[in-house]
Amino acid sequence: MEPTPETTTAAPPAGAPTGPGIATLTVEDRSPVDAVPLEQREVVFDCRGVGVRYNGKRALRDVDLRIHANAVTALIGPSGCGKSTFIRCLNRMNDLIPGASVDGEVAYHGENLYDPQVDPIEVRKRIGMVFQKPNPFPKSIYDNIAFGPRVLGMKDQLDDRVEQALRRAVLWDEVKDRLKEGALGLSGGQQQRLCIARALAVEPDVILMDEPCSALDPISTSAIEDLMLSLTDDYTVVIVTHNMQQAARVADMTAFFSVDQGETGARCGVLVEVDRTERIFTNPANERTEAYVTGRFG
Amino acid sequence: MNAAGRIAQQHAGVAVRESLAGRRNRSVAAGIFLGYLLLSTVVGLIALAVLLVTILQDGLPYLDSMLFTNSPSANPERAGARPAIIASILVAVVLIATALPVAVGTAVYLEEFAPKGNRLIDLIELNIQNLAAVPSIIFGILGLAFLVRGIDLGPVLLAGALILGLQMLPTVIIASREALRAVPDSVRQGGMALGATRWQVVWREVLPAAIPGIATGSILGMSRAIGETAPLLMVGAATFVSFNPGLLTQYTVLPILIYQWIKLPQDMFQGLAAAAIIVLLVILVAMNGFAIWMRNRYERKW
Repeated sequence: MEPTPETTTAAPPAGAPTGPGIATLTVEDRSPVDAVPLEQREVVFDCRGVGVRYNGKRALRDVDLRIHANAVTALIGPSGCGKSTFIRCLNRMNDLIPGASVDGEVAYHGENLYDPQVDPIEVRKRIGMVFQKPNPFPKSIYDNIAFGPRVLGMKDQLDDRVEQALRRAVLWDEVKDRLKEGALGLSGGQQQRLCIARALAVEPDVILMDEPCSALDPISTSAIEDLMLSLTDDYTVVIVTHNMQQAARVADMTAFFSVDQGETGARCGVLVEVDRTERIFTNPANERTEAYVTGRFG
Repeated sequence: MNAAGRIAQQHAGVAVRESLAGRRNRSVAAGIFLGYLLLSTVVGLIALAVLLVTILQDGLPYLDSMLFTNSPSANPERAGARPAIIASILVAVVLIATALPVAVGTAVYLEEFAPKGNRLIDLIELNIQNLAAVPSIIFGILGLAFLVRGIDLGPVLLAGALILGLQMLPTVIIASREALRAVPDSVRQGGMALGATRWQVVWREVLPAAIPGIATGSILGMSRAIGETAPLLMVGAATFVSFNPGLLTQYTVLPILIYQWIKLPQDMFQGLAAAAIIVLLVILVAMNGFAIWMRNRYERKW
């Protein structure tokens, strides 16, 4: 990705996490949950040897990654590195792509999501997802939020549920007087927060976000980032982002994916390195990571 | 802007003018082409205008309440089109009740649920495409063989309506599939990501979003069926019906009545036929107009 002028000035090479322009909150700065060191928190996802093939063609291989509870884990890397492919493995959204097949094991609280006994519908109830482009349903704001609870049979106190979800997504004050109006009339940033609220309304455990800010302006992006940080009190958040500064700002852990070119010329995504965000951006163990985060590659 | 800048701009203006002058040949070709396009459009419009004017001239004097209240009669002074109008409406009702649900169901299945790349599904899709191109008289033969004689329904309104429905199926299926395809995949993904089943997503989100397109296609398909004659002649729509038809009685519909009247020698029947054509045209234009209004009203930008 071409770094925008704005981001180049904001990010000194090997960006010091507390440097100007990068407001990385240290783990201790945050709520009581954060008092527990990251590595000791519950492991929500334990991925072993995860790979994906599209119509037999390998797009991602051998990902070993642990994702901890009540933290933001960012997946970064150049285009085609398989980070979006990977995040879609975590709630079995790849099942919906014809020809996609996943190998390896994704243990969610110890249970392999790809066990034949597992119902992908149940998986997605617990592991919500927000997409790159805001995708509200073409109906009212209220009905957008109520969709999830309705289809899952959580129909008691629906009004409260809708309000709570909208409050949690910091959208309530902007829309409380027009809940019956169409969601497509909201701005892009509001639509994306609506989609987050929609995901929250079904009380998931994990929120996956696939480049949630790439279609948004800086102010909306900032609002969504603040929201992500506040969500870690109750949820585990995994985001894919093209924007390294965003990863530096919001993520506790960062996983760097890259593209390997095989001898046959076939390109395949791999996980290069995963570590605490500060380390990835200041002192990465792998030189490919360093080349990427300092802007010499990708 | 300073003086130097202005001079530079004037120079640029001269250069632009010269380069524009060089394009004249091309604009002549463009003019000829534009003229041809206009002419093509005008041909269609003139043909339509001539038809409308002649019909209105012939028919308007005969367009009175008798046309709607009286039955056909050998006496042109007393002849009306009431049974045919009622039958045409009944046919429309049967189409809505039978062909529409089947067509929309087929479209939803093929678009949302059918496994991709399945041989059987491919064959069905190919068949639907081909069915749309089958001449209507063939549908009539099919109706005669299977409905009128095969299951011994006889030459009744229901048989005719069912065969019109069959003929309308491919049009409505194709239009409905287009409408479903226009609903972006992100809507389906968004629903599935919330833990909804595919069925829930289709029923609650995709189908409602596609309704305007489906309705438009259905109305256009129905208006074609209402104006259809050939297959009904084949399945034995009677030409002279003086009673109010029911589903299981003999019947005639407006186009067939028109066909019948035009064949009669008396001049007055020609006028009556023209008047009936006006009635049929008004019904069809109203249906198409409603479809267009609906499309514009509910068309969504994603």
